[in-house]
Amino acid sequence: MTTAPDTSLPTYKAKDFASDQDVRWCPGCGDYAVLKAVQKALPSMHRKREDFVFVSGIGCAARFPYYMNTYGMHSIHGRAPAFATGIKLANPNLDVWIVSGDGDLLSIGGNHTIHVLRRNVDINIILLNNRIYGLTKGQYSPTSEFGKKTKSTPLGSLDFPLNPLAMVIASGGTFVARCIDIDLKALEKLMLIAEHHRGTSFIEVYQDCNIFNHQAWFYASQKDSRPETTIELEHGKPMIFGAEKDKGLVERDGRIEIVELGNGISEADLLHHDETNRNRAYMLTQLLQPNFPEPMGVLFRDPDEPTYDSLVEDQVKQATEKSGPGDLRTLIEGPSTWTVQGDAVSG
Amino acid sequence: MSATHTKMPAEDQQIDAVAIRFAGDSGDGMQLTGGFFTDTSAIVGNDIATFPDFPAEIRAPRGTTYGVSGFQLQFSSSDIHTPGDSVNALVAMNPAALKTNIEDVEPGGIVIVNEDEFTEVNLRKCGYPDAYNPLEDDSLQSSYRIVQVPMSRLTRESLADSGMGAKNIDRCRNMFALGIMYWLYDRPLEPTIQELEKKFNAKGNEAVAEINVKALKAGYYFGENAELFPSRFHIAPATFEPGTYRKIAGNEATAIGFATAAQLAKKRLFYAGYPITPASELLHHLARMKNFGVRTFQAEDEIAAVCAAIGAAFAGDLAMCGTSGPGIALKAEAMGLAVMLELPLVIVDVQRAGPATGMPTKTEQADLLQALYCRPSEAPVIVVAPASPADCFTMAIEAFRLSVRAMCPVIYLSDGYIANGAEPWKLPDIESLEPISITHPTETNNPDGPYLPYMRVEETLSRPWAVPGTAGLEHRVGGLEKQDITGEVSYDPANHEHMVRLRAEKIERLQSVIPPLEVVGPASGEALLLGWGGTQGSITTAANRLRERGHKIANAHLRYLNPFPKNLGDVLQRYDRIIVPEINMGQLRMLLRAKFLIDVIGINRVRGKSFLVNDLVDDVERVLKSDKGAVKQ
Ligand code: SF4
Repeated sequence: MTTAPDTSLPTYKAKDFASDQDVRWCPGCGDYAVLKAVQKALPSMHRKREDFVFVSGIGCAARFPYYMNTYGMHSIHGRAPAFATGIKLANPNLDVWIVSGDGDLLSIGGNHTIHVLRRNVDINIILLNNRIYGLTKGQYSPTSEFGKKTKSTPLGSLDFPLNPLAMVIASGGTFVARCIDIDLKALEKLMLIAEHHRGTSFIEVYQDCNIFNHQAWFYASQKDSRPETTIELEHGKPMIFGAEKDKGLVERDGRIEIVELGNGISEADLLHHDETNRNRAYMLTQLLQPNFPEPMGVLFRDPDEPTYDSLVEDQVKQATEKSGPGDLRTLIEGPSTWTVQGDAVSG
Repeated sequence: MSATHTKMPAEDQQIDAVAIRFAGDSGDGMQLTGGFFTDTSAIVGNDIATFPDFPAEIRAPRGTTYGVSGFQLQFSSSDIHTPGDSVNALVAMNPAALKTNIEDVEPGGIVIVNEDEFTEVNLRKCGYPDAYNPLEDDSLQSSYRIVQVPMSRLTRESLADSGMGAKNIDRCRNMFALGIMYWLYDRPLEPTIQELEKKFNAKGNEAVAEINVKALKAGYYFGENAELFPSRFHIAPATFEPGTYRKIAGNEATAIGFATAAQLAKKRLFYAGYPITPASELLHHLARMKNFGVRTFQAEDEIAAVCAAIGAAFAGDLAMCGTSGPGIALKAEAMGLAVMLELPLVIVDVQRAGPATGMPTKTEQADLLQALYCRPSEAPVIVVAPASPADCFTMAIEAFRLSVRAMCPVIYLSDGYIANGAEPWKLPDIESLEPISITHPTETNNPDGPYLPYMRVEETLSRPWAVPGTAGLEHRVGGLEKQDITGEVSYDPANHEHMVRLRAEKIERLQSVIPPLEVVGPASGEALLLGWGGTQGSITTAANRLRERGHKIANAHLRYLNPFPKNLGDVLQRYDRIIVPEINMGQLRMLLRAKFLIDVIGINRVRGKSFLVNDLVDDVERVLKSDKGAVKQ
C-alpha cells in the first residue's frame, strides 16, 4: 500500500531529521547505520516532521531519539511500548516509532513488547539486536548464544537465547521483518513498508556492537558468507539462496529442508514465500545458523487486522452516537437525587 | 448520638440516629441489601454514612467465617460523619455472620437471625464448639434482644406459587430480611421496588424482579404482623442545607471528579489502570464515560499503566492512572521520570492495609510516606488527600488544577474506607466550577535556534506543555538530567543541583493557590486534633463530642500534604498540644515533627478499619490528662 504524495508537505531532506546533538555512539557501532537509514527514509514517508515521535527505553540504542529532529522521548528501561501506546491513544494521528535494544525490549520490557504486539497498536518498532548489554559494559543479553563468556558469565552463560521474531509471531505481531545494519538499502526499504503497515510493525536489525560483541553477526555481514547464511525473502518468489543461487528451501512432512537446484529439482518445486501465512512465518523464524540460512526481509504481514488505536476511537464514537455527548449534569446527578428546600425535605 | 434499644418501649419511638448492619455469606447479597436501605434512607431525608466490609475472597466456602460480608449504615436526623461505632441492630443471615459480628452490637441491641440456617452442619462449619448453639446460649440471649426468624422457610412459603426454582427463591431471603428492617425503621418500600424493577427488567428478568418484590413485601408484613418487636422506630429527616443531593461513594465521586476536571479543562481524559482492589472501580466507572471523551486503557501491568499515562500526557491528554499501595511501589521509577519530564499527571492511590498483599479489602492510611518519598533520589510530587466520599469530587479537580499549573505529577491519596463508604452529597453548581486553563504553545520561544522546552514561567516556574504535532516545537524529553531552559542532556553538577531545587520549588509555590487550613473550634487552647485523608468523619465527630464535654479543643483536617497549606506552621503554634490520629504508625506526625520542630502526639491504630469515635474520644482524653511529653515547649 502506498500513499499518494501530499503536495502541501514541505520537502524534507535526511538532514532535516538530524538534531543538533553530537552522536555519541562508539566509532564503528552499527547504530550509526540505522540512524542514517531512518533519517534517509523519513523524507519519503510523506508525513510532517512534527508528527513523528521517536520513543526509546534504556541502553545504547535508546539514545536514538536524542539524535532525531522530531518529537522524542527517552523513557525508562523496557517500557517504551507502554509510553508509545499512550502517545498513540492520545493522538492517533502521530507517527510513533520505537527504537531500542534487545535487553530493553526483550528482557526487562518483554512483557510490554508482547502486549503492544497483541493489541496491534499502529506503531513501528525497530529492535537493534546486538546480543549483548552494551551500555552497562558487556553482560550477556536475552539473545546471546548459550555458553557465551561475558563479564557476568566468566564460565559461559547457561541461558538459552530468545528468538525475537518467534516471540513476535506468537504474540500476534502483524508485521514481522528482519535485516542487518550494514544493508542500508534494505533497511530503508523495510522502514517504508513498515510505515505503510497499519498495526504494529516489528523490524529486527542485526546490529554490531563494535566494542563488546564485535562480529556477532559476522556470518551475515560478510560478502562471502552472507549468500550462504541468509536468504532474501520476496513475496511470491521461490526461496533461493547461495552464492550461485543454487540452493533452495522446500517443505517436507511439515519441516523446511534445504535442497540443491538441478537434478530434477527446479524453482517451481521450491517453497514460494507467502508473507500472509502466519504458520509458515513461524517456521521461517526457526531457520537459524549454522543449519539454515536466516531469512531477511518481510517474514509476515497481515494488513487486515484492525489496530487498537482505531478500535478505541471507534468505541468512543459509537458510545457518543448511542448516548449522545456526555452531559456533566446528568453524570453528577447519577441515578437519583432529592431536593431540600429551606429545611424541609421533598422527594 | 446512638440509639439504645435495651428496653423495648411499648410504643413507637422517635430516635435521632441508628446504626444497622446486614451480615451474611458473600453470596447472600448483603452489599445490595445495604445499598437499598441506604438509598431509601437518603430519599426520606436522613443523613447517612455507610461502611461496606467485604472479604477478599469472592465466594469463600458457604457458611465459613471468612466468607462473611457485611454492610453497616448509620442514618440519622442530625449531622453524622461516620457509620457508627457500635451497631444498634444486626441482621445475621447465618451462624458465621452472627459469630463474626455480634461483638460490634451494643449491649441490648437487636439481633435478627435467620434461624433456618442455624443447623448442626452450619454451626460447626463456622467453628462453634460441638453441641453449642448460640441461639440456645442464655448469656447471649440476655445480652442482646435476639429475634429468631425462619427466613428461609418464610421466603419459600411466600414464593411457593411463583413457579420459580428453589435457587432463585432462596436468593430472595435478603429481600425478606430487608422488608423486616423497613418495617422496624418505618421506611417506604417504593424506592426499592422501583430499583429492583429497573435492575431486573432491564435484563428481561421481570419474573425475578417480581419474586424479589414479593419477598420484600412479605418481610415487611411479617414485621408488622408477627409482633416480634413491640414497637418500631421513627428517624425524622435531617436538616440539610437547601439544595439537590445524591448519595455518593468515594470511588464514584473520584471518577466523576476527574471526568469533570477534563471538561473544565476542555480536554480529553486518559485513564490507565490495572485491576487492583480497591481501585478497580475507578476503571469501571470511567470505562462507562466514553461519551465524555474518556479513554480508558487496561494495561498489562501497573508499570505499563503509568507509562501509558505519561505517554498520553506528553501527547496532550489530561492523563492519569489509579491503583493501590502495591501498584504505587511498581510505578515508582516511572513517576520519577514524570517528575523529570515535568508533565501533568495524576496517580490515584486508594490505600489498603499492607504491606505486600496485606488485607486488600481493608482500609489504611499508611502510604503517605510512600507517596512522598518512594521514588529514587529527590523526586518530589504534589500530594493531596480527599477527606470524605463527597470530597473526592473536589479534590480530583484540585489534583489536575495543581498538576497542570506546576507541570508536575500529583498523587491523590484516597483509601478503602472513603472509596467504598457513601454519604449524601450536595451537588455542586456546575456553572460555578472554575475552568482549568491550559495552553499549548504553538509558536517557538526561540526563533533563532531550537525550541526551548524547559523555558519557564516566572510565577509558577512551570515549563511549556508543547505537544507533538505542533510544527516548529520539535523537542526531546527523557530521563537523563536536563539542562534548564534548553532541555538538553546535562551532567553539569551545578545544573543538577539547580534542577533538584527547582523541581521542589515549583511545588512549594503552589502554596499561593491552595486554601489555608481551616480550624474548627477555639483559635487557640488545650489541643488541636489534626488529621488527614479519610479519617475526617471520625475526627470531627470525636472533636465535637470532646467540646461538648468542655474541652477547649480544636480540630483541623489536611487535604494538601505537599505542599502543606501556608498557615499550617502558624496554626500549630497556637495550641498546647498537637494530637494527630492516623491509621498508620505516625507518618504525618513524623513529617510535622521534622518540618516544624514541634512535639506531636500520635494516636495510631492499624486494624484495617477507620477510628471508632468512642476510642478516639478516650484516647484524646487520656492524652489531655497526661503531661508526659505532651506539652509543647
Ligand atoms: S557499546 Fe556497543 S552498542 Fe553501545 S555504542 Fe558502543 S558499539 Fe554501539
